Amino acid sequence: MSVRRLAAEQPESFSFTPELEAIAQKLIAKYPEGRQASAVVPLLWETQKAAGGWLPEPAIRAVAERLGMANIRVLEIATFYTMFNLEPVGKYFVQLCGTTPCMLRGAEAIRHVCEKKIGHERHVSADGTFSWLEVECLGACTNAPMVQINDDYYEDLTPENFEKLLDDLAAGRPVKVGPQNSRKGSEPEGGPRVLLDPALYAHDVKIGQEAAPADEAPTSGAPAPTSGE
Amino acid sequence: MLADKDRIFTNLYGFHDFGLEGALKRGNWDGTKAILEKGRDWIINEMKASGLRGRGGAGFSTGMKWSFMPKQSDGRPHYLVVNADESEPGTCKDREIMRNDPHTLIEGCLIASFAMGAHAAYIYIRGEYIFERERLQAAVDQAYEARLIGKDNVHGYPFDLYVHHGAGAYICGEETALLESLEGKKGMPRLKPPFPANMGLYGCPTTVNNVESIAVAPTILRRGAAWFSSIGRPNNVGTKLFSLAGHVNTPCVIEEAMSIPFKELVEKHGGGIRGGWDNLLGIIPGGASCPVIPGEQCEDLIMDFDGTRAVKSSFGTAGVLVMDKSTDIIKAIARISAFFKHESCGQCTPCREGTGWMWRVVNRMAEGRAQKREIDLLLEVTTQIEGHTICALGDAAAWPVQGLIRHYRHVIEARIDQYAANPHPEPVVPVAAE
Amino acid sequence: MAKIVVDGTEVDVPAEYTLLQACEAAGVEIPRFCFHERLSIAGNCRMCLVEVKGGPPKPTASCAMAVKDLRPGPNGEPPVVLTKSPMVKKAREGVMEFLLINHPLDCPICDQGGECDLQDQAMAYGADTSRFAENKRAVEDKYIGPLVKTSMNRCIQCTRCVRFSTEVAGVPDLGAIGRGEDMEITTYLEHAMRSEMQGNVADLCPVGALTHKPYQFHARPWELIKTESIDVMDAVGSNIRIDTRGREVMRFLPRNNDAVNEEWISDKSRYVWDGLKVQRLDRPYVRKDGRLVPATWSEAFAAIAAKVKGTAPTKIGAIIGDLASVEEVFALKTLMGKLGSANIDARQDGAKLDPALGRATYVFNPTIAGIEQADAILLVGTDPRHEASVINARIRKRWRQGGLKIGLIGAKVDLTYAYDYLGAGPDSLADLAGSSAFGDILRKAERPLVIVGQGALARPDGAAVLSLAARVAVAVGAVKDGWNGFGVLHTAAARVGALDVGAVPGPGGLDVAGMTAPGALDVTFLMGADEVEVAPGAFVVYLGTHGDRGAHRADVILPGAAYPEKSGIYVNTEGRVQFANRAAFPPGEAREDWAILRALSEVLGQTLPFDNMQALRAQLVSGYPHLGHIDEAAAADAGAVSTLAGVGGSVDKAAFAPVIEDFFLTNPIARASAVMAECSALRLAAAAEAAE
Repeated sequence: MSVRRLAAEQPESFSFTPELEAIAQKLIAKYPEGRQASAVVPLLWETQKAAGGWLPEPAIRAVAERLGMANIRVLEIATFYTMFNLEPVGKYFVQLCGTTPCMLRGAEAIRHVCEKKIGHERHVSADGTFSWLEVECLGACTNAPMVQINDDYYEDLTPENFEKLLDDLAAGRPVKVGPQNSRKGSEPEGGPRVLLDPALYAHDVKIGQEAAPADEAPTSGAPAPTSGE
Repeated sequence: MLADKDRIFTNLYGFHDFGLEGALKRGNWDGTKAILEKGRDWIINEMKASGLRGRGGAGFSTGMKWSFMPKQSDGRPHYLVVNADESEPGTCKDREIMRNDPHTLIEGCLIASFAMGAHAAYIYIRGEYIFERERLQAAVDQAYEARLIGKDNVHGYPFDLYVHHGAGAYICGEETALLESLEGKKGMPRLKPPFPANMGLYGCPTTVNNVESIAVAPTILRRGAAWFSSIGRPNNVGTKLFSLAGHVNTPCVIEEAMSIPFKELVEKHGGGIRGGWDNLLGIIPGGASCPVIPGEQCEDLIMDFDGTRAVKSSFGTAGVLVMDKSTDIIKAIARISAFFKHESCGQCTPCREGTGWMWRVVNRMAEGRAQKREIDLLLEVTTQIEGHTICALGDAAAWPVQGLIRHYRHVIEARIDQYAANPHPEPVVPVAAE
Repeated sequence: MAKIVVDGTEVDVPAEYTLLQACEAAGVEIPRFCFHERLSIAGNCRMCLVEVKGGPPKPTASCAMAVKDLRPGPNGEPPVVLTKSPMVKKAREGVMEFLLINHPLDCPICDQGGECDLQDQAMAYGADTSRFAENKRAVEDKYIGPLVKTSMNRCIQCTRCVRFSTEVAGVPDLGAIGRGEDMEITTYLEHAMRSEMQGNVADLCPVGALTHKPYQFHARPWELIKTESIDVMDAVGSNIRIDTRGREVMRFLPRNNDAVNEEWISDKSRYVWDGLKVQRLDRPYVRKDGRLVPATWSEAFAAIAAKVKGTAPTKIGAIIGDLASVEEVFALKTLMGKLGSANIDARQDGAKLDPALGRATYVFNPTIAGIEQADAILLVGTDPRHEASVINARIRKRWRQGGLKIGLIGAKVDLTYAYDYLGAGPDSLADLAGSSAFGDILRKAERPLVIVGQGALARPDGAAVLSLAARVAVAVGAVKDGWNGFGVLHTAAARVGALDVGAVPGPGGLDVAGMTAPGALDVTFLMGADEVEVAPGAFVVYLGTHGDRGAHRADVILPGAAYPEKSGIYVNTEGRVQFANRAAFPPGEAREDWAILRALSEVLGQTLPFDNMQALRAQLVSGYPHLGHIDEAAAADAGAVSTLAGVGGSVDKAAFAPVIEDFFLTNPIARASAVMAECSALRLAAAAEAAE
């Protein structure tokens, strides 16, 4: 990790919108009374979203005040956890996984695409559309290489489909989240080779009932409909 | 190969409804109340008998861990905290549970909390898993709505489940760092003792379990310890989520029997090694912290705790990273060193200073820009880190480098020779700390 | 107690001892950086690793492992700890090497050089050469205030400073931002630290990352003569070490005394030393034609004698300042007695304390260390954070242990701990005597503590307030067998000692207000009394050290010695008698105050009956035997508090006013200090910003 500093240019002030305040109250309610500091990471995250993808300095203070924490404690958190962006990011913030599993499957080529299409790491493109950052393992190693753009994972990338993805995003065209090839999730390419027995999906559990003996589980019946994702 | 009927995570790939309706069709929440009615002791004993070892990497008996919680509350609440901070490079199994089969986890949380006298549980999910978090939260909301959990639920055991998230720090996967983070601090591991079972979250008795360990519990209790322990070989039993990444033809996540031979795992599910078995360079069997196993030792490798230990590596999280012969092994390990340097919390001297030192040296070695005597120096630096820190991140950073030197010293030496033999116009620039 | 074997020596130690403490009990030194007795255990430097036999095959951090956490051997043998084994030696060398790889080799220009833990331990436990071939880390220096200088390349991230500011000082300004090898210590946006005990972080820093800014590049530790003494900036009586080079005071450092200041001192106590070097009165002056002109001692004495000769004793008086030692007060009181005057007062601020009521009515009876036994504290008209910072830290220490309720009557201030605000003035105090929420808390407490500050006493109804406070204390059971929880918190180092020797108006004598009133006196002696305004008319003899308010008003100036320049007895707020050694010499013709008074007395024809300090002290101790018991705080007769409770009197409604206007400028030495002036300006600016 490199030294992380607050951005040189900062807004004058930051105040909680009613929406953000409502989120803050919901978050704080998750923890026992007097433990509102527990909400600091989620609240900073929501604050970052509300502030446009990065954490301005006044927002750090606002969170500290909201949670009754010392400013320096919240600054510690904001600089320790790398998902807090201390400087502005592009409208599409590309986080490229560069750790070994992705590297082995071509993350460096994806990195070159970033450099070519967006520019230097940590710099917002002139039109404000993109910025990119190489990050550590994002936990989608079986779908490597991959990037996270804002909230979404885009997996099974090739330089070609990644370039197209960036172009589509820039042009405002709809894009497919997740694997950019034929896969749906982490199943092997070409379709799952297991979990094909329809009986697995034909249980009839009634909430709060005694367990049905295993051999009485129905073996027929239509499989459950696939979820609409 | 494990039969479909013995698979616990039947919606692993998300081809079916992740939600409650689908979960009920898959047999989740079946007789949960009856399980609770058998009592805490029965549950813990059954878990012990099942032989389930923690799926987060350390492989400690889950039933045993549960039994460490105080039997009677001294007035302090008990907590279950689920470690869903899946960040170990090469590992992406818990993700599938949370986004596709979240009710296995939620049901497991209820049962495990009941067994430990906890009325509240937190699931700490890594910040980057936003979709997974939303899915999990949606499933939790469903469970509340159906009164499966909550203060007043159909199971008659008041229980609240909260989803909490991090924001980018691998170290928060260490259980005490996770607790610190959950308390709103930097994720810096705590000194032990006191152990979380005595002084955990908010100073209260707490057990931290991996997602998979908790999520398999309901099925184990439904089907019986004997069923679970009959899979695999002694001391390494049950089913296990493997992730196969790197140079296999079809990377995937797969639930398989413990002790499955590596070859079978790759052939059946990974579609074989890219370029055939002869093209296998080596594997990292259980996440980035495990030392590399060279290809020739993978021939008869049994994928379980004992099998990997026999070849001086470890089973870790069963996130297998396969490397074919196109891999620059020094560079691959250097990138892992960069990872650990990036993720060191900075608390302990050996890890804070040592991870950066190792990374710089390995990085130079990847170019060949080093001296051969530095190989032994590097090895000694790893031993100065290993075992000298509060948590295991220091060890985790040291092992891959040790594995590299153990098996690929000749590659490093050749690289150094090659570099020395060729004139380089650029001056040698050491890498300073940023 | 538990048995443990350290390097073959079996010792019996309390089971909750850490291995590090157990090793020390066995006489084995364990190197450490992050561990500090008075801070929470971080266990991060890893220097204190030891080998535990039968434990895991890796070394254990001895600072973090308790003896009770070790398992005995198979047959119940005590656990065995090794500190000199090959495993330990290798571990220490390894940690040392890691600490040094990114530590600069700038010892020759580092102020910590010569008193650096890292230097010392590198010599003792390190390897001889470096194997690190990369570039060293460069870290930007941070501004954290005018008192502590940073040199962040040197930081070894032990976090002692962060823990001190968060835990002890209670002003969480410092933090460690970033992570891994990029972790940096800083304040929020490099704001100045706001604690009045921040200098302690530089003492705690085991390396040269945090050093004392006013002291930077001034001296090397091996050039300095070290003298043990007592601080006079407040009434705590903090134990200090005065470091001098030649005639010059170079710095003040705290000395450890668990009964008083533990090992902390306030920033005023620490950094006031530059005030000793400026604005000094280094020769006598006599006012001629409205101007003060230099004079010889004999001219000055002659001018005083001429004036005194024609003045009735009732028109002569003396006011004693806040920094005087007991000997001087005794000498002045004896002189005034010989001159036949009953006009003497040591209570510059007009606090209504009367030694005749008994010693228990004016000292801090529970003792400072006793604060840690209290389970409920009532603060009356006091802001301990600024009146006695070190005592405030002790209250905070107790508060952090939990189970302590604190109530405050007076100005609402930030004390670094939570309290119930009970009201502003005597009415709220009176309420506690009856049934009230906090009164019940005090009543239920086992060891309730009532702390009365000068803000409650330095007012016309002060005596009645004091009595009321005593009444509350007695009513809630704060005064009982084995516990006297009635404590007066003083702000002046001289005060308790002066009250002990009865430096208050005799029968028919005038107090400070009386003496300073227009036309009250014809000759007024001010002994370091700079916080009073003497009305025009009186002939003022100022005996003191600095060109402050008293000197400006003076007709004759007699240059005295500041506290590092004389030996003397000081009695702190708890009544502890402490001895301050002389570390330096007064400048120019200035002399020790008692000697000046002795010489003057001869000229006045009222020769004081002692020719040297020994004789003076012998008389002092024979008159006041407790002053001979150095370092002791003799328990005062608690019956006096009960008597005081019965005194009564009517109290005003006015709120208790703060007694400290500006923490950094409370006495002539501090007012002469440029460092204190900077601190004061910074605090004013911060307050103005906060008010916006």
